[in-house]
Amino acid sequence: MCAKPIKKEPRQVETTGHQWDGIEEYNNPLPRWWVWVFYATIVWGIGYTIAYPAWPLIKEATPGLLGASTRADVKAEIKAFDDANAAIKERLISADLDAIGADPELAAFASRAGAAVFRTNCSTCHGSGAAGFEGKGYPNLLDNDWLWGGTMEDIHLTITHGIRHNDDSRYSEMPKFGADGILDETQVAQVVEHVLSLSGQEHDAALAAEGATIYLDNCSSCHMEDGSGERALGAPALNDQIWLYGGSRAAVTESVVNARFGVMPNWNERLSEDAIRAVAFYVHGLGGGE
Amino acid sequence: MAFLDKHKAIETHATLLMVLSLLVVTIGGIVQIVPLFYLENTIEKVEGVRPYTPLELAGQQIYVREGCYGCHSQMIRPMRDEVERYGHYSLAAESMYDRPFLWGSKRTGPDLARVGGRYSDEWHQDHFYDAKSVVPESVMPPYGFLANNVIDGRYIRDLVATHRMTGVPYSDEMVQNALADFQAQANPAGDSSGLEERYGEAAFGTPVNVRNFDGQPQLTEMDALIAYIQVLGTMVDFSTYTPVANR
Repeated sequence: MCAKPIKKEPRQVETTGHQWDGIEEYNNPLPRWWVWVFYATIVWGIGYTIAYPAWPLIKEATPGLLGASTRADVKAEIKAFDDANAAIKERLISADLDAIGADPELAAFASRAGAAVFRTNCSTCHGSGAAGFEGKGYPNLLDNDWLWGGTMEDIHLTITHGIRHNDDSRYSEMPKFGADGILDETQVAQVVEHVLSLSGQEHDAALAAEGATIYLDNCSSCHMEDGSGERALGAPALNDQIWLYGGSRAAVTESVVNARFGVMPNWNERLSEDAIRAVAFYVHGLGGGE
Repeated sequence: MAFLDKHKAIETHATLLMVLSLLVVTIGGIVQIVPLFYLENTIEKVEGVRPYTPLELAGQQIYVREGCYGCHSQMIRPMRDEVERYGHYSLAAESMYDRPFLWGSKRTGPDLARVGGRYSDEWHQDHFYDAKSVVPESVMPPYGFLANNVIDGRYIRDLVATHRMTGVPYSDEMVQNALADFQAQANPAGDSSGLEERYGEAAFGTPVNVRNFDGQPQLTEMDALIAYIQVLGTMVDFSTYTPVANR
């Protein structure tokens, strides 16, 4: 291309005519197939810029004949799934909460959809396996020890409105018995020993006996005399081995002194009713549902 | 081909070759880059996006320093699975004040573009101290040391001023009050009206989070990082947002 090619002897390849210190450069032609593929990509490239958004003009780029738009694509895809599920979601919303399990098709949909909702939104606090995190105040959802009740209705209400989150939430507040000076240090120590005795843990019997009266006067209205708790108030049972914030002497003392104020957000603003029902059904079916 | 024969002149003059190569690259660059600055659908204006407050900005610096972007992206792509999991796909405008942008390209952990408000501050504290304590399957290393690193905001004004220099529209007032705003955001008992006035509801439509983010009395790197994380993806109100059609 640059200098005149020099023809060599027969059966010898032409050289480019370049010569450096006596070294010459062969001018081997490119393989035909390669050249044609190269031309094909050029044609393809031109076609692509016609079909898809490409050339920048004054205000916007050429939109392309296919009208490609990732935003429109994702919107259409989501709509397609919503439409496909619309009928069964409608059934889920209108069904009686306790009747969902009786309808095999509805139950299958609800438990799968609920599992997806749970993994996305609930596993944050309750763990991906729904076992909660003992000692951190994130309740285990696999057992039958419910704070606010374990029927479909109860679970549905808890998810919809949350706990101690806004004016519609389930609400109760334990007083800070130590921090607010309702009980003095000795009394706290005594009542803690009594609480430990309720769940059959190792405790100081003498202090616990003193603590029994304090418990009756201050704690039993919510946690009940025998420590069985009260679901209407979200008061946990104290007579079992399941603890929300830990059952050690130190953890119980902390609970009595500073109280706890576990919060769960209301989901009715983030999830649709069918998603709430689905996840309620899923949680109900994890093992502890009543 | 007389024109092509002149190629030898270019090939044998290093300076000419360099100048002409540069010219070609420049044209290619201009054609690709310049339209992005004026085409309407590449500069979608979105309501609510504001510059980061000084505390959030400090948090972003820590995010960069610790290399969080190595495992976390901040870019929800317009695909159904991502939108259903993380929320509305990311808009370019949402990272318009990021210097540098932190879209990332690797998701060892989840995407964080809309993590703000999704978890409580306490959850984040637990998670930074020991991620496995709240996500047993997590491989994230512990970052509890952030809670021991007290930051006094000595350089915060410089940081804000530097970001202004790069085009983030911080006002003179924002720069002058950087230190006060920095401290006010992590002190719910103090007076945060100035901070609220400059970055809050009246100016940009969303209130500023003013909390003790790390649960400790002193202002630490943990405060800054949690403040930053809690604002991610929360600036645009998607209940009123209508996407531009032509994209």
